[in-house]
Amino acid sequence: MTTLTFEDFPPGHFGTFGPRHVTREEILAFAAEYDPQPMHLDEAAANASMLKGLSGSGWHLGSIMMRMLFDGFIGRTASLGSPGVNEMRWMAPLRPGDDLTLDVDVAEARISNSRPETGIVTFKGTIRNAAGMVLCEMESPIIVRRRDEAGAK
Amino acid sequence: MRFFEDIEIGAQREFGSFTFTAGDIKKFAMQFDPQRFHLDEEEGRKSLFGGLAASGWHVAAVCMKLLVADGKRLTAEAVARGEKVAVWGPSPGFRELRWTKPVLAEWGILQARNTGINQRGEVVFSFLATAFVPRRNAG
Repeated sequence: MTTLTFEDFPPGHFGTFGPRHVTREEILAFAAEYDPQPMHLDEAAANASMLKGLSGSGWHLGSIMMRMLFDGFIGRTASLGSPGVNEMRWMAPLRPGDDLTLDVDVAEARISNSRPETGIVTFKGTIRNAAGMVLCEMESPIIVRRRDEAGAK
Repeated sequence: MRFFEDIEIGAQREFGSFTFTAGDIKKFAMQFDPQRFHLDEEEGRKSLFGGLAASGWHVAAVCMKLLVADGKRLTAEAVARGEKVAVWGPSPGFRELRWTKPVLAEWGILQARNTGINQRGEVVFSFLATAFVPRRNAG
């Protein structure tokens, strides 16, 4: 399979990935390990919370998005890592049994000043549930090797 | 946990520490972020990170883990003092998360050629040793 490089990410819609089914068990397991707040672990407490029902940790949703990005294209991209996340908006709760779809847009693509053999591709990822409700939106830059550099490697 | 009115702008608090082992790093990466530099020491060394590096999402999740644990400690203390405790709601998101330096496993792997030399300067014994050596800033 061809490795994707900077040139493969012009601004615009890049692709749609998923669906990814999320089980109650994995929501509880992630919450128990990393985010053991009652609204992510306990049905009664969750029903009494602002989210009115058991919901997955936002960090779980972010981690699932990472995995969907990897399976979708980062696993076959000359990616050197990411310096961070510009913005994450948790807009609606992740629920047990959700089937998630990820839309990826390239918001910006520019050649790196400090490492001219690479480019910085800023992705916008949007996760929706099966009903089409947006659960979260994230904007994050990723450092990607340019083609000449990848070919010379 | 505190009520909104009790929160001071500019307040700072240390809320614990966590040591990332190579095993932790790989386990999280297998599940959520199986990029080669999060799974393999040699690939990590060849990458911009310079060593096996934790997924940024793993670092974020551990930060949440420490925050929640600290919140629970504060709550228990407040309850013990007989105070009313605030139960916080969910977060609508975050901005400007910066992964400024890689989070590397606590251990480095040393490879050294150990050599025995006799009185005439001849190599009489050698082997390539491997050892796990802790990093200075582990934990």
